[in-house]
Amino acid sequence: MNLMQLTAAECGRMIQNREISAVELTKAALEAVCAREKTVNSFITVDEIYAVKRAEEIQKLIDNGTLTHPLAGVPMAVKDNICTKGMLTTCGSKMLSDFIPSYTATAAAHLEKAGAILLGKTNMDEFAMGSTTETSYYGAVKNPWKKDCVPGGSSGGSCAAVAAEECLYALGSDTGGSIRQPSSFCGVTGIKPTYGTVSRYGLVAYASSMDQIGPIAKDVTDCAVILETISSYDPMDSTSIKRRDTDFTSALLDDAAGMKIGIPRDYLEEGLDGEVRKAILQAADVLKEKGAVVEEFDLGLTKYAVPAYYIIACAEASSNLARFDGVKYGYRAKSYEGLHDMYRKSRSEGFGEEVKRRILLGSFVLSAGYYDAYYLKALRTRTLLKQEFDRAFARYDVILGPAAPYAAPPAGSSLGDPIQMYLGDIYTISANLVGIPGICLPCGMTEAGLPIGLQLLGDCRKEKNIIRMAYAFEQTRAYRRSPLAVSGTADHK
Amino acid sequence: MPKQYETVIGLEVHVELASKTKIFCGCSTAFGSEPNSHTCPVCTGMPGALPVLNKRVVEYAIAAGLALNCEITKEFRFDRKNYFYPDNPQNYQISQLYLPICQNGKIEIETEEGGRKSIGIHEIHMEEDAGKLIHDEQTNCSVIDFNRSGVPLIEIVSDPDMRSAKEVISYLDKLRLVIQYLGISDCKLQEGSMRADVNLSIREKGAEKLGARTEMKNLNSFKAIGRAIEHETKRQIERLESVGNILQETRRWDDQKGVSYSMRSKEDARDYRYFPDPDLVPFSVSDEWIAEIKKRQPEFREEKMARYQKQFGLPLYDAKVLTETKELADLFEATEQICKKPKKASNWIMGETMRLLREKGMEAGEIQFSPKHLAVLIDLVDTGEINGSVAKEVFEILFEEDMDPKAYVEEKGLKTVSDRDALLAVIKEVIAENEKSAADYRNGKDKAIGFLVGQTMKAMKGKADPGAVKEMLREMLARTSGS
Amino acid sequence: MANIISDQLIAYTAVLAELELSEEEKKQAGRDMGQMLDYMDQLKELDTSAVEPMYHAFSMEGVFREDVVTNGDGRRDTLANAPFCSENGIIVPRTIGSEGAE
Repeated sequence: MNLMQLTAAECGRMIQNREISAVELTKAALEAVCAREKTVNSFITVDEIYAVKRAEEIQKLIDNGTLTHPLAGVPMAVKDNICTKGMLTTCGSKMLSDFIPSYTATAAAHLEKAGAILLGKTNMDEFAMGSTTETSYYGAVKNPWKKDCVPGGSSGGSCAAVAAEECLYALGSDTGGSIRQPSSFCGVTGIKPTYGTVSRYGLVAYASSMDQIGPIAKDVTDCAVILETISSYDPMDSTSIKRRDTDFTSALLDDAAGMKIGIPRDYLEEGLDGEVRKAILQAADVLKEKGAVVEEFDLGLTKYAVPAYYIIACAEASSNLARFDGVKYGYRAKSYEGLHDMYRKSRSEGFGEEVKRRILLGSFVLSAGYYDAYYLKALRTRTLLKQEFDRAFARYDVILGPAAPYAAPPAGSSLGDPIQMYLGDIYTISANLVGIPGICLPCGMTEAGLPIGLQLLGDCRKEKNIIRMAYAFEQTRAYRRSPLAVSGTADHK
Repeated sequence: MPKQYETVIGLEVHVELASKTKIFCGCSTAFGSEPNSHTCPVCTGMPGALPVLNKRVVEYAIAAGLALNCEITKEFRFDRKNYFYPDNPQNYQISQLYLPICQNGKIEIETEEGGRKSIGIHEIHMEEDAGKLIHDEQTNCSVIDFNRSGVPLIEIVSDPDMRSAKEVISYLDKLRLVIQYLGISDCKLQEGSMRADVNLSIREKGAEKLGARTEMKNLNSFKAIGRAIEHETKRQIERLESVGNILQETRRWDDQKGVSYSMRSKEDARDYRYFPDPDLVPFSVSDEWIAEIKKRQPEFREEKMARYQKQFGLPLYDAKVLTETKELADLFEATEQICKKPKKASNWIMGETMRLLREKGMEAGEIQFSPKHLAVLIDLVDTGEINGSVAKEVFEILFEEDMDPKAYVEEKGLKTVSDRDALLAVIKEVIAENEKSAADYRNGKDKAIGFLVGQTMKAMKGKADPGAVKEMLREMLARTSGS
Repeated sequence: MANIISDQLIAYTAVLAELELSEEEKKQAGRDMGQMLDYMDQLKELDTSAVEPMYHAFSMEGVFREDVVTNGDGRRDTLANAPFCSENGIIVPRTIGSEGAE
């Protein structure tokens, strides 16, 4: 049996039943990492010695009955913008190539407490700015399904690692679709929770008002279990919200009866790839057969979400990334004359192109004379968008659509035209602007053999609706497949 | 006739609040620790760290706002002020621009002519302090100490209502007193817990429109503020009459040289790109909360002065002196509470206490002795157990060592001798030894009695009640006519 | 392109952002920014005159911390990642003469 083909929950159960040990599983994961990293490059840091030692310790706690969490002993990975005490945290940037935090992000700490085995840190677009995981200082990540295609981004490393069966699940972060879009491209399942559900403490901020950490795994059940574990009110995060309804596994019901599902008409129109469109509509039919009421509707303002998002995200980023200046941590230029030259050289040498582009744009839209015309205008547009979604959720429990306009594009084809790349986020970014949860799960394959992702959006705090619909869909039409069976990256018999 | 100018001054006063912890993290605000020991990921701008607001800071800011007659903003926010500088670890300062906690207040000051004048308070906002840079000339480097980074400040911004250095000092005095009474800061200009920036412009007398203003920084004492205002007024008049305009700029005062320098530099683009901090959501202030803070407000100076006159029958002069600082007022009230002799307590504080403070160059806040021991001392004098001059000697020691005066007096044998027979024996001896003075007295030279009292006190080593001695001398001299 | 971003404006923005750009990078950044602003100008089609700006994903109310010291001596951790520091603190080029703000 290849343990790495199992889901996290299946592995956790076998560990609790003493059918396998945490050490055995961790070693299997490390072997998989060893075999596939050269091709996929989904990790920036792997700490084998730590992982095995940790697995031994965790196994003892499982054996003496201290640890009974369903994920205890299961090896996983964390996106490299989530701080882990004592382990390199680079954000995919040269700027932080030697940064070792003295603290662990609250979300990662919850998993640690549950007995997770941290294998290492996953590759990502630099500071989470990108949709392809090609802007990492540590090299591009390859799509495990087809290595000349991108895995999506910015959590491309986390999604590729799960798809390539290098770990059983991973944490990602989603500011404009960075969990959902790469989940779509890599054929895995990922959730962006309601803003404030998972603590942002220890997540290196890109756009603070939209960043959320979320789970990436092989199926809906795993995602629900992980999200249940990492959700918490955190007194260290002022934007954290108090919730009593985070028992997400209670929504794992194969029942769509009575649910109202809306498909935004403008999500199906121009720009959407035909194969993706077909798969999405078929998915809608599956849910309809299961008793859901499905109809198309006009969401409105969709095309304004992208420009509003980039103004707000870049404005916040320009301020959030000001702290990287060569003083307290990270990269400092080798030669400079005086303070400001040190700042400029360190930042210009430490940041990549896309990051600098966004910092410049963000500084510009906040500067005197442009603040009202761009920044405030975008925030007002955000209000209008929120009103659109409020209207939609007054009628529907779930909004169904694609996560991306197309399946994974070829590597090297996206970065040249930033606006075209930003447009690829059109279906995902609204959720971040208005704070609502979204899930992406596989719903089909293109003829070229690439996964297609289905996105379900719910109202604020209504993760259970989307988890339930996703689970119901998955029960009937499971598209969970291993890319290792079809691609050249396979290394097992 | 030369043109007549008017100086228009507004003040931005930073006050460091006396909370136990920093504004956005649980690090101590204590002074005098090892550099960088009071630091954490939040106040050093580590990636992923997030601010959480200290409730006490808000309560202190609201208390200041209420004392300065401000409107309290029911929903306030924090904004980021973006600029790069190494003492500012995030390269933005969390401050308040758009919705400050307090707005539209006013405060009355006394003018030079002895009248009263209202100074508008434009706003009070909360913000975080920066770290300290220690410069090393030899290596041409600066070292950062983040211990002060994140210490809470309020900035009190006045309207441009002041017209002279005297008014500015009067305003600052008043502000300092109010804040000291509130107990929200120790307000020491020299130590930086209170810092004032002066915004100054000039205009022709009678003109409506304000002139271009300069902002003066680095003013470390009231004296420096007075000098800087005088100097800047002169500089602006000269420039206006020679060049014809004033540059709106920030200047740095050098008190040693008595000049100011422009702080403009090519490197600084002063566009702070303020925007609401997305890490901190809006905060609500309920009416109940304001009422609660209002209930806890202390009695301020004017109210205290009135009460001292009414309740204790103190003269206006005493009431004024005792309330000049909160510490003296507290000392007075605590002492009175124990000994129930308000005028005597007042005399000890205004007299000996203030004399010793002056002599030793100390502030009222540095007083070490307890009101209980002062009250005991007052009682000792009152019951005649010691006399006034012994009491003064005892007080000098009490001031330093805060011992129990009663025990001290007994231990050192300083008690007044009340044994009449013993005293009589000494008096007889004194009369016998000073027959000439005794004769002078009997011959009508009343003054001579003073010398005999002095001799008796000397013989008693001061431990007698001089009044009683005088009485007994008179009796004795009357009874025993000379030979 | 409707938005023409001058070299001067790019240079000014780069100063705000503390980024050093070569002449060529300035030209490229100007073109990029112009293009993006053209795209963002789409928002001008919307009438937002009566709309409040939305700073956060939804309305939330701030919570407070009590004024209790929770952190111990943080010096070692604070200095651990500094590229250049002494025992006392992080070292930067001398700052006098390049004043910050308050």
